[in-house]
Amino acid sequence: MKNLTEDKQQKRPGIFANTYGGQYIPETLMTELEKVDKAFHTLKDDPDFQAELHDLLTNYANRPSLLYYAKNMTEDLGGAKIYLKREDLNHTGAHKINNVIGQALLAKHLGKKRLIAETGAGQHGVATATIAALFGMECEIFMGKEDTDRQKLNVYRMELLGAKVHPVTTGSMVLKDAINATLQEWASRSEDTFYVMGSAVGPYPFPEMVKYFQSVISKESKQQLKAKENTLPDMVVACVGGGSNAIGSFADYIDDPSVQLVGVEAAGKGVNTDQTAATIERGSVGIFHGMKSLFLQNEDGQINPVYSISAGLDYPGVGPEHAALATEGRADYVGITDDEAVEAFEYIARQEGIVAAIESCHAVAYVEKIAPTMSKDQIIVCTLSGRGDKDVASIAKYKGVDIDE
Amino acid sequence: MSNLTEIFKNHKAFIPFVVADDPDFETTVDNIVALANGGADIVEVGIPFSDPIADGGVIQAADLRAFAAGVRTKTVFEIVEAARKRTDVPIVFLTYLNIVFKYGYDEFCKKCQELDVSGLVIPDMPYESREDIVPTADKYGIDIIPLIAPTSGHRVEKIAKAASGFIYVVSSLGITGERNEFFNGLKDLVAEIKHYTDVPTAIGFGVHTPEQAKTMAKIADGVIIGSAIVDIVAKKKQAAPQAVEAFTKSIRTAVDEAEAEKARV
Repeated sequence: MKNLTEDKQQKRPGIFANTYGGQYIPETLMTELEKVDKAFHTLKDDPDFQAELHDLLTNYANRPSLLYYAKNMTEDLGGAKIYLKREDLNHTGAHKINNVIGQALLAKHLGKKRLIAETGAGQHGVATATIAALFGMECEIFMGKEDTDRQKLNVYRMELLGAKVHPVTTGSMVLKDAINATLQEWASRSEDTFYVMGSAVGPYPFPEMVKYFQSVISKESKQQLKAKENTLPDMVVACVGGGSNAIGSFADYIDDPSVQLVGVEAAGKGVNTDQTAATIERGSVGIFHGMKSLFLQNEDGQINPVYSISAGLDYPGVGPEHAALATEGRADYVGITDDEAVEAFEYIARQEGIVAAIESCHAVAYVEKIAPTMSKDQIIVCTLSGRGDKDVASIAKYKGVDIDE
Repeated sequence: MSNLTEIFKNHKAFIPFVVADDPDFETTVDNIVALANGGADIVEVGIPFSDPIADGGVIQAADLRAFAAGVRTKTVFEIVEAARKRTDVPIVFLTYLNIVFKYGYDEFCKKCQELDVSGLVIPDMPYESREDIVPTADKYGIDIIPLIAPTSGHRVEKIAKAASGFIYVVSSLGITGERNEFFNGLKDLVAEIKHYTDVPTAIGFGVHTPEQAKTMAKIADGVIIGSAIVDIVAKKKQAAPQAVEAFTKSIRTAVDEAEAEKARV
């Protein structure tokens, strides 16, 4: 107890809006987290690390991703001009690779030989397995049994890349349970192992680190839009599960008050039903998965099972910085239902010839609603976080179409 | 501050663990009494959590049985209240932080004081976050029992110096559950802790036989056994209390032998 006064004088790192974030994780992992924190803060200012990161993003991941003017959607919706930030065109087909390259480089610098990761839809698992293959590292992926069943194609892709995929059978067998299992694995073996956290969640420094590596999305879109339109967007829209593509899409605009930031959550069967994953709209403050943030939980603090058609948004919490942006009113968070997302999946395919991930289609559905209410001289930048090949079979099933797989 | 530290004075402590409401209310109350009668020095009562990230399969399964019985946070307090009519054995809770946070730190600690619960073991609250609850716990005389792990390294000093009640020394990496091998530097780890504090140490995670308990009691001031007891409850269900008491007696004997052998040295 002697240290209390001393402690009060030390600012705790990774706290957003004086409330969210922090470190709430077993002691077994704390020394390792300290190492990650130190390495991250040293390396991000290191020119050699930056050169290596830039080289991989450019020559391996296919960055910068396109900022595409969606002419057909713009004309059809008859309001704001719509630009799509095409993270679906990255190598491995989603924004996840940006963060994985960064964290895996960090792991390499820390001398780690083995990468572990959780995955929901499988995009983060595929990205991690990909980089592990490239770097010659071992890779093990934890994925809820529910998700290994609905995303079989991605399971096979990970195995093809040399990763071992563990179906997680505890709890509700989805993303939250996969994170539990990966944390447990890391607690029992951290000496040679790095946990590549896929979303902007978890204990400090993960939310900050994931944001840093994903902020390439907004840095690029800002420059690209300046080149095309010589202005800032009026609105940036991105889907939010844990919130990694959204925080990356928002990052460079947070200090531009004229830019409205909108995070689109998965409302499942509806925000006001029990079959939802709309954490910010329906959740309350809690402490889970290493962070203080907003969670869908009961009055005793037990974490609720959540639901969304999208395995990537099926998460009962949200990154602490999103909780802070919502509380401070800097960003708005809205819900889109399964039905609306599926409709957007078809809409963007037919309008623009783009099969986008069902996660991203939550953002597209919101654009469909909001663009017509805006004027023609306004601009929306909507992030397409991933491509939708992985979803084709399950959407067909949802629509009652029989596909012989 | 509670009286927990006193228990360890010239005495090797045995600290068994049960999950509240596993498999039901009455059996848990009987189990707490059985543990006390069997010679437990402190009973650790686990509050079930939906996502117990520090726990292995045995305790996860117990949590699920408790949820099937409809456990609420208030049920856990009612169980302790019922047990308090039959035993004054010191009790600590093992709980994930969100349970306490949602109940309200002040309300929760106040309730602990009312029920004579001496301390809280919170596996997902490291040193860095203890300030959230320690001032409130202090107000009600509740100890926040810190954990020190084989990986704690340079963190041992600050954790040990800030500790009260006792220090939970994690025997091995990973999660709770029966083990046959432990971190081989436990002796050095306990010696390092002793260098910084007089607060007693108890070793837990994986200990499940009298022989292991004796070995651990020679290294530290006490030994914690969880999964092995929860496993008895899983197998015997409502008939568990008798078996729990017999097991507790066997551990008590082993731990006392460690104390006696130390005295002879």
